[in-house]
Amino acid sequence: MRVVLAEDLFLLRDGLVRTLQDHGCEVVAAVDNGPALLRALLDEAPDVAVVDVRLPPTFSDEGLQAALEARRRRPGLPVLVLSQYVEQLYANELLADGAGAVGYLLKDRVTDTGQFVDAVRRVAGGGTVMDPQVIARLLARGDARGLTDGLTAREHDVLELMAEGRSNAAIAGGLHVSESAVAKHTASIFAKLRIGPSPDDNRRVLAVLAYLKR
Amino acid sequence: MTDHGVRTRPWTALVRCQLLSLYAFAVTAVGGLVVLALLLLPVGAGFPLLAPSARALRSLSDRARRRAADWSGIRISPPEPLAVDGAASRRARAAAVLGNEGFWRDLAWAWLEPATGGLLVAVPLALVEYGAFGALVQPLVWRRLGDGNWYAFVLVDSAPAMLAALVLGLAFIAAGAYGAPAVLRLHARWGRRLLSAPATTELRRRVSRLTETRAEALDIQSAELRRIERDLHDGAQARLVALGMALDRAARLVDTDPAAARDLLSEGRETSARALRDLRELVRGIHPPVLADRGLGDAVRSLALDAFLDVDVVDRLAGRLPAPVESAAYFAVNELLANAAKHSGAHGVSVLLEHVGGALLRITVADDGRGGADESAGGTGLRGVRRRLSTFDGILVLRSPRGGPTTVTLEIPCALSSPKTSSC
Repeated sequence: MRVVLAEDLFLLRDGLVRTLQDHGCEVVAAVDNGPALLRALLDEAPDVAVVDVRLPPTFSDEGLQAALEARRRRPGLPVLVLSQYVEQLYANELLADGAGAVGYLLKDRVTDTGQFVDAVRRVAGGGTVMDPQVIARLLARGDARGLTDGLTAREHDVLELMAEGRSNAAIAGGLHVSESAVAKHTASIFAKLRIGPSPDDNRRVLAVLAYLKR
Repeated sequence: MTDHGVRTRPWTALVRCQLLSLYAFAVTAVGGLVVLALLLLPVGAGFPLLAPSARALRSLSDRARRRAADWSGIRISPPEPLAVDGAASRRARAAAVLGNEGFWRDLAWAWLEPATGGLLVAVPLALVEYGAFGALVQPLVWRRLGDGNWYAFVLVDSAPAMLAALVLGLAFIAAGAYGAPAVLRLHARWGRRLLSAPATTELRRRVSRLTETRAEALDIQSAELRRIERDLHDGAQARLVALGMALDRAARLVDTDPAAARDLLSEGRETSARALRDLRELVRGIHPPVLADRGLGDAVRSLALDAFLDVDVVDRLAGRLPAPVESAAYFAVNELLANAAKHSGAHGVSVLLEHVGGALLRITVADDGRGGADESAGGTGLRGVRRRLSTFDGILVLRSPRGGPTTVTLEIPCALSSPKTSSC
């Protein structure tokens, strides 16, 4: 898997390169600023980009902007954005083009390298990965507005994992239930939330997010 | 000082013009009395007269200032009060009057107002009265006056001419009535020119206000620093110490009890994650990252996304604002949204961000709730917002009639610091 990495802090960049290499990824470019990132994304056409939101020269959302711009020029280019903070606004912008293959994670998720690399793989494979913190806030908001009132506690758990972009198999593993039970819960959630079910994981996330954004 | 467009209905304005023109007589009388007192000062007879007459004049001018604000929305800054009550002797009282800059302004006003202001407000009255003469009297009297009479430039000697006079009269009435609000405004503006506190008084007030708000700003700032210090000390710092101790114990256990060491290490990772979370919350409370990245508009949009109410954000800002203003405005909106969520019972809130006249940030937060918000009844939130805004000479206007809706308007004078640039 060919990865482009953008992170301005040397220590973190070095650590990320090592982590990715340890898990058999090839880091084709590791850059430390926005313009270089955009160039690398367009020149290297990587399988996935791992991008820090805040990059020089502006030290604002340069990384996110470069990623969005690259996806405008190469629709569907897989991008995993890391950030010290998760902003729903940014999550929405990443999801806005509806092409999937995006991820948005808190930076400290990289401390669990297994989960982190799993997220990189899922984004590269066209999946959508949202940080549990984004999902938790969306669900809290949905709860407060009574959108998820009809769900059972187990369905709520399933919805949470589903919104993070996990497949039924992964959800089953996480909750220690059978895959068919998850499928049953999923169907019930879609029915209750009035969302047409789809076998495509990525559209599932979009549907959930779109619903909760309302 | 800005004029707030107070709309007055023509007939109301006309009645007010009438009142003002009658009032001019009172002003003349009192002004005359004051001059008499001044003229009698050399012979001593003026001393007992001066203070009371000056006080009467001041009460007239105060009323004129109040009226300008109530009727035309034109605020006139009052002068320093006449400090005559505290003075012991008549001489000292007279000296206090003579030393008061506002007194001399009052006097100048008393002499100019009847001639200029009184004449000004007489214009619409004269138009209406003359118009009434044309429209009401001419149709009845022209036949009896034999070979006709002149009304304005019309020689009224036939039915068509009478009709022309009637129409002309109606036009005069309309012109008088519809011109009256404008004349009223003009009068107030003229009053402001005469009655505003002298520049030195204004400056003195400004200085004391600045001193006050600076002290407040410093208070707020040091309280904030103390909070940050405490949060760091009790949160992230303590967790990092715990992490160091766990790592140390793990290092000692790694050979003898690898299982325990592994537990300690994973506990350590958990602690480091908690420390990060603490730091994140802290930074969010100091300066929200999205505000730093994108500015006020997107930061408020982000607040809207997190809010449990439906928040509709309209952002008409064409650029970034100075960072301290952005920050103050952000936390103010945050507070107002929280208030709306907690107390108003509203379903939706709309937030409008605009930059008016190149010099003023105006934020309007309106909800569709039950209203009845009262600043004096507890709740330090609004007062805190007001205090923070005052550092920037900003104001907060709360309108919340019982039964709703509640509208809060924030105004902070500031320039747009940089035009909006598209990154990349």
